[in-house]
Amino acid sequence: MTWLTEWAAYLPQMMSGLGVSLLIAGVSIVAGYPLGLVLSVMVSARNLAVRTLALAVVEIGRGAPALVILYLFYYGLPKFGIAFESITAACLALIWNSAAYSSEIMRAGIQSVGRGQLEASSALGLAQRHTFWRIIMPQGMRSAIPGLMGVAIQMFQGTSLAYAIAVPELMKSAYNIGSQDFNYLQIFALAGLCYAAISMPATWITVFFEKRLARHA
Amino acid sequence: MDALSAVLQGLPMTIVLTLSAFAIGVVGAVPLAVGLSSSNMLIRLASRLFVDLVRGVPIIVWLFLLKFGIQIGTFKFNPVAAAIVGLGVVSTAYLAEIYRGGLQAVPRGQGEAAHALGLTRGTTFYGVMVPQAFRIVSPSIATYLTGLLKDSSIASTIIVAEMVFQSQSFARQHPTVEGILPYILVGILYIVLSLPVAYLSRRLDSRMRKAVYA
Repeated sequence: MTWLTEWAAYLPQMMSGLGVSLLIAGVSIVAGYPLGLVLSVMVSARNLAVRTLALAVVEIGRGAPALVILYLFYYGLPKFGIAFESITAACLALIWNSAAYSSEIMRAGIQSVGRGQLEASSALGLAQRHTFWRIIMPQGMRSAIPGLMGVAIQMFQGTSLAYAIAVPELMKSAYNIGSQDFNYLQIFALAGLCYAAISMPATWITVFFEKRLARHA
Repeated sequence: MDALSAVLQGLPMTIVLTLSAFAIGVVGAVPLAVGLSSSNMLIRLASRLFVDLVRGVPIIVWLFLLKFGIQIGTFKFNPVAAAIVGLGVVSTAYLAEIYRGGLQAVPRGQGEAAHALGLTRGTTFYGVMVPQAFRIVSPSIATYLTGLLKDSSIASTIIVAEMVFQSQSFARQHPTVEGILPYILVGILYIVLSLPVAYLSRRLDSRMRKAVYA
């Protein structure tokens, strides 16, 4: 029981950290997904330079650890005179991450739309632009929804890495409280539960959407 | 090339972390996957709760919990052990979910046919279901391995001297523009390291497809 009462005492102190975590995750999703859509279109562009650039952005964003991109923004760019606040650096790094991951998911979603849809709309004499935005995109995005929700959960968990550049997010506030009282086990268990309290229901909702989409496919 | 040799100093540790955690996961996921597909609802729910909880908590929290939170008598985790155990437990949960998906994807008829042929439950599971499931999940396992490789970088936050840790200490010693180099190199290195895994997985996949359909 003492654990519960102490948790209740610690929890309010951690709430501002959780707010920062949610803010960073929100920014990385709201800015990252539209960028991801642009990247997914650019990756299949006819122009070789555009295609190569988009592929490089996607492959680095997915292939390099988030922590490395975080350090690159926070410690790397100031050496060229471009300095960011730690929270801005964290947002930029996670935006890159979420844009890269979401672009692959959206590309797969667009590709999953049957060729017949394309042929049918061209047989109906629809313009290419019209076909893409009104026929292919809505269907492609629908099948991309569970994947995009998965990326959102991944981004929320990824905000914990911002601890490493001293962003006052959930992990950092847990560490600060822990280093006052040395109750590390309790504090980090509580922090973990805070993350899980958001990630677990989000995962269940994602699975629910996946199943529903599979049923209609 | 100082930056490169600094980063490469951490390469063995990165590989040790990744492969040890992967080994723990590959083995530990077997009973967990069996639990996830158990016909006993209590076992199924307990396994599901464990998997979702482990996956719902960020890796850095697991590492800090093990490194700073665990003290049993005089025993404390050293950073490397904490990283291996933490990453190992997390990969157990992820791989169990992958295994379960693979087992579920094997057509039901296969199990029924094996049963009709009078095969025992053990033979049906290990001789009929598992080989087919493995074929289905091997690409996902390879993808997970490359994810784990990247996640091993988080061990740098509990002062394990792997690649990211080395690149950061080099960058600290070089406050000039050269200090950005190790971050770029380490990023490229992770991408390069995951290429052979992707290549092997594709080869394995196509070879097994041949074995089945030829």
